[in-house]
Parts: sequence; structure tokens; C-alpha cells
Amino acid sequence: MKHYERDDSSRNQSSLWHSSDSSLLKGGDSGRKDKGEAVFLGQELTSLRLCFPQVEPHATIAEIKNLFTKTHPQWYPARQSLRLDPKGKSLKDEDVLQKLPVGTTATLYFRDLGAQISWVTVFLTEYAGPLFIYLLFYFRVPFIYGHKYDFTSSRHTVVHLACICHSFHYIKRLLETLFVHRFSHGTMPLRNIFKNCTYYWGFAAWMAYYINHPLYTPPTYGAQQVKLALAIFVICQLGNFSIHMALRDLRPAGSKTRKIPYPTKNPFTWLFLLVSCPNYTYEVGSWIGFAIMTQCLPVALFSLVGFTQMTIWAKGKHRSYLKEFRDYPPLRMPIIPFLL
Amino acid sequence: MGRLTEAAAAGSGSRAAGWAGSPPTLLPLSPTSPRCAATMASSDEDGTNGGASEAGEDREAPGERRRLGVLATAWLTFYDIAMTAGLEQFSCLSLRSSWDYRWLVLAIAMVRFYMEKGTHRGLYKSIQKTLKFFQTFALLEIVHCLIGIVPTSVIVTGVQVSSRIFMVWLITHSIKPIQNEESVVLFLVAWTVTEITRYSFYTFSLLDHLPYFIKWARYNFFIILYPVGVAGELLTIYAALPHVKKTGMFSIRLPNKYNVSFDYYYFLLITMASYIPLFPQLYFHMLRQRRKVLHGEVIVEKDD
Repeated sequence: MKHYERDDSSRNQSSLWHSSDSSLLKGGDSGRKDKGEAVFLGQELTSLRLCFPQVEPHATIAEIKNLFTKTHPQWYPARQSLRLDPKGKSLKDEDVLQKLPVGTTATLYFRDLGAQISWVTVFLTEYAGPLFIYLLFYFRVPFIYGHKYDFTSSRHTVVHLACICHSFHYIKRLLETLFVHRFSHGTMPLRNIFKNCTYYWGFAAWMAYYINHPLYTPPTYGAQQVKLALAIFVICQLGNFSIHMALRDLRPAGSKTRKIPYPTKNPFTWLFLLVSCPNYTYEVGSWIGFAIMTQCLPVALFSLVGFTQMTIWAKGKHRSYLKEFRDYPPLRMPIIPFLL
Repeated sequence: MGRLTEAAAAGSGSRAAGWAGSPPTLLPLSPTSPRCAATMASSDEDGTNGGASEAGEDREAPGERRRLGVLATAWLTFYDIAMTAGLEQFSCLSLRSSWDYRWLVLAIAMVRFYMEKGTHRGLYKSIQKTLKFFQTFALLEIVHCLIGIVPTSVIVTGVQVSSRIFMVWLITHSIKPIQNEESVVLFLVAWTVTEITRYSFYTFSLLDHLPYFIKWARYNFFIILYPVGVAGELLTIYAALPHVKKTGMFSIRLPNKYNVSFDYYYFLLITMASYIPLFPQLYFHMLRQRRKVLHGEVIVEKDD
């Protein structure tokens, strides 16, 4: 438990003292590392008593986290989860102390969220990988295909087109991460980057291997199929970008406000009338287009897996919209109009 | 991979087994402690939690047991008894009262065969129909999880059952030359003894009369059976490799219309390699569960 006192006139304590039970920085076994994770007894987290005298009532949780970091530098603010109840929800950084249900002494429970990494870093890494990896296969770098194919070029137009589309897609994503998206959360747990990169990089390599293979078979219906697929792909890429811009405009820079998104003058955003997360709808559409263009089963499988994941996200987002906004448009479905 | 994934179930799903947030179910459940129901789970993970709760039960209020609906209990009892011992005839997949207790029949058939013939050659052939039917029927355990009468996660049980089915259908059934290998007998024996113990454990737990020796067996046999089963499975797959390579079975080569390829040979190699990280995790998890259940040790688990 971390104690902090708002009114310290009578207490003249040093700013940090340990409780009498020296389970302190052994912290109820927080010192014991089990595969790199701290182990806590029961539900009680670190048994830590810190006294911060002279904290203003209008201090925010963010400021308290900074104070905590000063005395325990290994737990930087992004790693801290502070709560009023050990099993309760995390307090937000913007919460102000005097608005919380605490008396003159506030008891906060601390939880270590583990090493954190910023969302931007994760996104950049997971998108740069496929961009680079696909090109390795496209240029038939040695040791992938037989040596007689090293640095050769495919004779099928669709293969070159596919490379352009795939690369465009990931460059778009990188640029959006840098200039368009406004993230609700600053960080995520470190282990996510390994999981995510394995997924993106693995699938990119698998798809690229077949599309750029010397024995690649072009689509059954030839140029017609490719043209149709390209149209789908381009439309969905534009749609996806439009939605990202619309969502960005909903939220002022540096804020984390949430509002109901509505269609704008841009026709691509009219999908908001039918769907809560049209960005996911357009994303699935892009990949379906790419699958039709290349007529490659691994691409279809990647689209399917992506669709499954995005549906889960869309349903979650839809549910939280419904919870947060009473007047949420009833016609909207999470990801597929009228269906899903 | 049967045992491996079972224990993987144990490892990853041990939280899932608890009734934290009541699972969806078709039957009215009385809001009492979930311990009894936990023992009905069809995976090691829940079994161990069931076992754990058994142990806990002994020390705490013995009267507190969760009651499943009557129908669910009856069905699960049939199922568990059916899996343990058996009558000789069965016809189709229906809820006849004379359910088929195949694992005991399997065990007896195997012993008889060996005593009559003095060799393991031809053993697989004689029991294969039963084994295949039986192990495939374990798909029902996934349904148990789906409809909620057993508190395991569907994915966990699904993985478990899939790996057994993989072994039976994709290896021993499909690759005839390896059916007379000794390693086949090895994993068959391991599976048989494990399943008889496990389903007896569940049956008796369901009926609220669990003799200590069954619990003891359940938490001690695995010490030998896991490694034996894994060894049998790995050796069998290893023996199958040359045949797979020669015949190119289950494989797709380039070029083809859908621009995909699959090489069963490399798939098997990867499967074998995956035993290396998975088996120790599972084994040590089971050891920890055993300490908890049989010796009442308090194990500090990672707080999530």
C-alpha cells in the first residue's frame, strides 16, 4: 500500500519510509523472479508504504506516478498501474486526486505492468518488416529459390503489380502511423511486439514466397481478373485512408476524447452509416482484392485470419460505443453491413 | 502429442478452469462452489484443478459442491463410464444405456492378443477400428466445452483432441508400414492406461465417491506414462518419415492453380521439433499439480 498524505502540517516525516514488515522490497515476494515475472502472494501486490507529504489535492495520478518513479526509477510511469482497490480498475492519468473517493489519506495500490513499449514503435516495426521482406522475395535474393533464379525477374505482369500493391499498402500504413493516427494508449506490454511481428513478418514471407516463385501460376481469368481485383484493392485502400482521416479529425491533437464518428462529405466515409468500424471493412476488402489478384491461397488464408481478428476488435469497439453513447445509431453493425 | 497438449491445456488453461465468470450453460446451475463440476472436465487441466479442489475440499466444507443439472450429470457419467470400461457390442453414436467402454476393452484386447500371438505384429490391425472410433469420439469433449457442461476452454480441449486424432488418423492409419512398429504399442499402452485412470477419476468424482487410490493413480502414473507416450509417438513419427518422403503423401507441389505448396515430410519434422519446448512445460506443470493435490503444498502462482 502506498500512503500519501495531503495535509502534512502535523506530520513531519521523511518522504520515504518502509513499513515494519520487511516484506517491503522483497515486496511480498516481488523480488523473486520467476521466469522474469514478479510473484506476489495472493492478491496483495507490493506491500509498499510510501509517504509523500505535501501533495496538492488537485494533483493528478500522472503526477503521483512521476513522484513514485523518482523513488523507484525501475518503475517508470508507463509501467505503473495505480488503483484504489487491489482488484479494481486502473486509475487514469488524468484523474484528479480530490475527485476520487479518498479521505485525507489516500491509499493506492500499485501494480507493475511489466516492461512497456510504445505503440508507435510496435507499429513501425511490424509494418517495416513485411515491406522489406516482400522485396527480398520479389528481387529473388539468393538462397530463397534455386541459384539459377537469383536476381531474376518474373515474366508475369501481375507479379510486378502485386509487389507495387503490397509495398504501397505497407508504406501507407507506416505513414499513417507517423502522421495520422492518434493513439489512446501510449504503450503496450513488451511481449506484444514479438507476437505481432511474428504474425506480420511470417505471413508476409509466406505470401511473398509463392507470388514471386519462378513456378507461379497467374490467375485463371487473366487480365480481367487482375483488373477487377486491382479496382477492389484501390477503392478499399482509399476507403481505409478516408476513414483514418475522419477518425483523426474527430479527436484533437494530444487528446484522448471519444466521439461517435459520422459520415462526412467524402463518399468513402458513408460506410459509417452501416458499420462502426469501416476501416476494418475496407482493410478486409483490400486483402480480398489482393487475394483475387494473385490467386494465391496463402493470401486468402492471411485475409481470413485478419478478418477474424478484426471482427473481434470491431465487436469490442461496437460494444464500447453502445455502452458509452445512448444515442448510438441503431442501424450500424460492427464490421459487415447488416451481417456481422 | 496427446499428452503434451493435454498438459499444455493444464498449463495455459488452469485459470480457465475456475468458474470465474460463470460459463454459458443450457442447464440451471445452483450457485454453489464449483469444485465438483471442475472435476468433470475432460482435460488434465481441469482434472488437476478438480483434483486441487478435491484436496481443498477435504480441508474445507465438504458439503459445498456445485450441482450440475441432472441431465448433464447423467450424460457425463455415461460418457465417462463409457470411455473407461466397456461392453462388447455397440452400434451407432446414440445414447443407448449400454454404452461402449472401449478403453478397457482395448486394454484387454491388447493383452489377449499378445498372450495368444506372442508378438506385437498385427496388434494394431486388430484393435484399429476400436481405437479410431473411440479416439474420434473424443471430439464430443469439445462439444461438452462448447455447451458449457465442462468448464474447460474449447480451444484447449480442441488442441488436445486434435493431436490425438492427428496421431491416430494421419500417422498410424495413413502410413501402413509403421503399424507393426514397437513404438506404436508403446504409445497405445500409455494412452490406454492414462485414459482408463482419467475417466475412472472423472466418473468417481462425478458420483462423489472418489477412492484415494484412483486419485493417487491419476497423479502418479503420468510420471512414467507421459515420457513413455511421448517416446512412442516420436519414435512412430520418426519411423514414418522415410515412407512419407518416398510417397510424397498429403503433399501439394508447385506449380498449381492456387499457388500453394505443402510438404507433409517437413510438417512432421516441425511437429517433432515442437515436442521439445512443449513437453517439459507440460511435465513440470503436472508435477506441480501433483504436489498441490497430493501433498497439499501451497504453490504461489503468478498473479494475473
